[in-house]
Amino acid sequence: MFIGKYIKDIWAGIRSLLVGMKRTLYYFTHHKEIITQQYPDNRDTLELPERFKGEVVMPHNENNEHRCTGCQACELACPNGTIKVIFKNELNAEGKKKKAIDKLVYHLELCTMCNLCIEACPSDAIKMAQTFEHSVFDRNQLTKVLNKPGSKIMDGVE
Amino acid sequence: MYRETEIIQDNANGGLNAGDGDLIINVGPQHPATHGVLHLVITLNGETIKKVEPHLGYIHRSIEKMCESLSYRQFIYVTSRMDYLSAHINNHACAMCVEKGLQVEIPPRAQAIRVLMDELTRIASHELWWGAMAMDLGAFTPFFHAFRERETINDIMEETCGARLTMNYMVPGGVMHDLHPNFQRRVKEFLGLYKRKIHEYDELVTGNVIFQSRMKNVGVLSAADAVSYGCSGPTARGSGVSCDIRKLYPYEIYDKVEFDEVLETGGDSFARYMVRIREMQQSIRIVEQLIDNIPEGEFQAKTKAVLKLPKGEFYTRVETARGELGVYIVSEGTTTPYRIKFRSPGFSNLSVLDHIARGSKLGDLVAMMGTLDLVIPDIDR
Amino acid sequence: MWSFAHIANELHNWLSNQFNPTWTLIIEMVIAGVAVIGLFAMLGLILVIMERKVSAWMQIRLGPNRVGPKGMLQSLADTLKLLVKEGLTPDGADKLLFNVAPFIAMIVAMLLLAPIAFASNFQLWDLNIGVLYVSAVSSLMVISILMAGWSSNNKYSLMGAMRSGAQIVSYELSAGLSVLAVVVMSGSLQVSDIIESQRNGWWIFKGHIPLIIAFITFIIAVTAETNRAPFDLAEAESELTAGFHTEYSGMKFALFFLAEYVNVFIVCSIGATLFLGGWMPFHIGNWTGFNHAMDYIPSSIWFFGKTFFLIFVIMWFRWTFPRLRIDQLLNLEWKYLLPISMINLLVVTAMAILGWHF
Repeated sequence: MFIGKYIKDIWAGIRSLLVGMKRTLYYFTHHKEIITQQYPDNRDTLELPERFKGEVVMPHNENNEHRCTGCQACELACPNGTIKVIFKNELNAEGKKKKAIDKLVYHLELCTMCNLCIEACPSDAIKMAQTFEHSVFDRNQLTKVLNKPGSKIMDGVE
Repeated sequence: MYRETEIIQDNANGGLNAGDGDLIINVGPQHPATHGVLHLVITLNGETIKKVEPHLGYIHRSIEKMCESLSYRQFIYVTSRMDYLSAHINNHACAMCVEKGLQVEIPPRAQAIRVLMDELTRIASHELWWGAMAMDLGAFTPFFHAFRERETINDIMEETCGARLTMNYMVPGGVMHDLHPNFQRRVKEFLGLYKRKIHEYDELVTGNVIFQSRMKNVGVLSAADAVSYGCSGPTARGSGVSCDIRKLYPYEIYDKVEFDEVLETGGDSFARYMVRIREMQQSIRIVEQLIDNIPEGEFQAKTKAVLKLPKGEFYTRVETARGELGVYIVSEGTTTPYRIKFRSPGFSNLSVLDHIARGSKLGDLVAMMGTLDLVIPDIDR
Repeated sequence: MWSFAHIANELHNWLSNQFNPTWTLIIEMVIAGVAVIGLFAMLGLILVIMERKVSAWMQIRLGPNRVGPKGMLQSLADTLKLLVKEGLTPDGADKLLFNVAPFIAMIVAMLLLAPIAFASNFQLWDLNIGVLYVSAVSSLMVISILMAGWSSNNKYSLMGAMRSGAQIVSYELSAGLSVLAVVVMSGSLQVSDIIESQRNGWWIFKGHIPLIIAFITFIIAVTAETNRAPFDLAEAESELTAGFHTEYSGMKFALFFLAEYVNVFIVCSIGATLFLGGWMPFHIGNWTGFNHAMDYIPSSIWFFGKTFFLIFVIMWFRWTFPRLRIDQLLNLEWKYLLPISMINLLVVTAMAILGWHF
């Protein structure tokens, strides 16, 4: 019957609306469900997973030594030309000329954090750091030199 | 469906020659409903749509051309930027195509990990679609509720792959890292959360009478039209076209897991909506089957440092969250591809918009765009 | 006692002693004007922060929590920002109409405050056709929206304005009919009389089901009349970017924004007055102890409590439901609300004649 269907429709409609309203009321009254993270405030407790890809860094040991041999594998693996290896010649203990890295220039502004350089590195000289607050006022600051000044290659790394 | 026949007939002169009293409005490239830089030129008669003309190219980054200058290991990461919501699946398709050329057999563990990641990505993508579509229809609350579940998946991705959106986890021969030790526990936590919250989707959106009346009999796409426009994914399955690549041309271990291809026959926005909602549950099913049965072993097959594909043409296709993604590589035997073509699902799905939108109201256009699930970088590449 | 009525009386007596009657009236009008503007500013601040908190909690967010204690001064900061922003007038706009439109919205909202009883015996103007006055003036609201939409010279604005025109004109009817139900019951158009008629029970309780239906239709209709979601087609963010106020910026935008909230307050206070007894306390039958305790709560608190409860309900709608389409919106009015409220009015009239209420 027409009237019956009309009233049934209205009732079903109102009921579906009330069900939705019950759900939002539940969340209105249950503040424990709130998922907001107050980011700059929770900096101290913020834990990023160890695999998080923030930027490429080169770990140095306490003697200011790194493991980079300057093999350019990372430079070749990089899709964007983010990494540039600049060489210098230095004399080793026997007075022989030896090729070593002068600077490993890393353009953070070009990096897409694809992790291919780290995969390509044969001597584990570079790794991903978990930093992510990269914004700076001058974009020149995004061009970084990964090896520290005066650093040397670690003994035993070929 | 309500249509004004004279409007359909009017379009003989086509294009932008609007008749008397027609209103041409530009929806986009900056518009809250286009979720990106899609530009739609809409000819309106009052509130009724006479013609929709999508203008593309605002986010064209020539990814295909870029890939030609990148090696077979390098080009995969760029494809995360096409359909950024199913980045894993894009990478998967490219990695599979390279493996096809190299004829590498990838270890079973890597296959299981890939399928798990694909399905988690699919759930995450559908979650975002659900929230964004509800927001287009004017309901803001579901957006945040969808993000609660999606964030959990993103956290899982972050832990295992190191990134939340553009993971670059699939490499030729397998996956980049092994699974994180916490992976299984956290996926199970997510499954628990999802099952606790699934009924809210019905309460807030699906069952809502306003939502249903906005969705039902809106943007009806017939099965024949879906095929002739080349639609794929949930858009075509909502019209009853069986086109799930996971079922029809199973790759990896999709032939070994149990799941149903979701089909709806309505063809309207509500059918497309229900396909995606039910597809999420099927993905949950796949994840549940695999999470405790990940085979032990290598996660990456041994490949050479420099990959060279033999001369020839290679094509693979996968089912992304939006439909069929095809990757076509022409190789000249060098370290870089000679030509790459991506068959993206979004482009074909967008092309039906004009067809299904004619004669409906402006408000319906938003619902249709929502249920076609357009990701603009996927359309433009 | 520190009741509003007492303060107003004391003020009146003091002014009458100081000045002649004409000056007394002028000064009182100035005071009333300042009070209304002050109330507007307060309402804007309170309702905006309330809406933001309600939406945040429903959306499992925290909401504003930085400015002031628990973020309570956030809307003050927003107002300051809007005040110092440039009020841009587009080149192609009809400059006069464009600049006048927000003020019309405000003036209409201000006019509507006149017959509302904020506390017992505390009313700006208790005219004998108060309810008629409210429904007449509130339909002027659409003029400001149409003006804004037309003069902006923007297609989105125009569409929003046209939608709003169709919407407000239609929903006036069922809002008016459901108000009539109460008028029929109480037999008066005067606001103070209607409140007085609810001394022995609010109309929603003693009017049986027909007045509950009238109350529901009233709430739905006024939600639509104030362009609030799920009937916010005039703004329809995802379709029309911002609808009729797309081109407005700075304080002119803020006036529209404020007018929306003040309108919500006004329709809710009218709903509270007509159906929930205005400033009348809540009484149950012959529980004299309970009734006595209820009487101790000041009448202004009763009024604002009921009003804010209704405002909360309207906000609750907004953050739960999707938006309707324009044809569905009109269908809802012409096929559901209007027939229902007409039949309902008929039933209410029969009840009033036969005396089938408490």
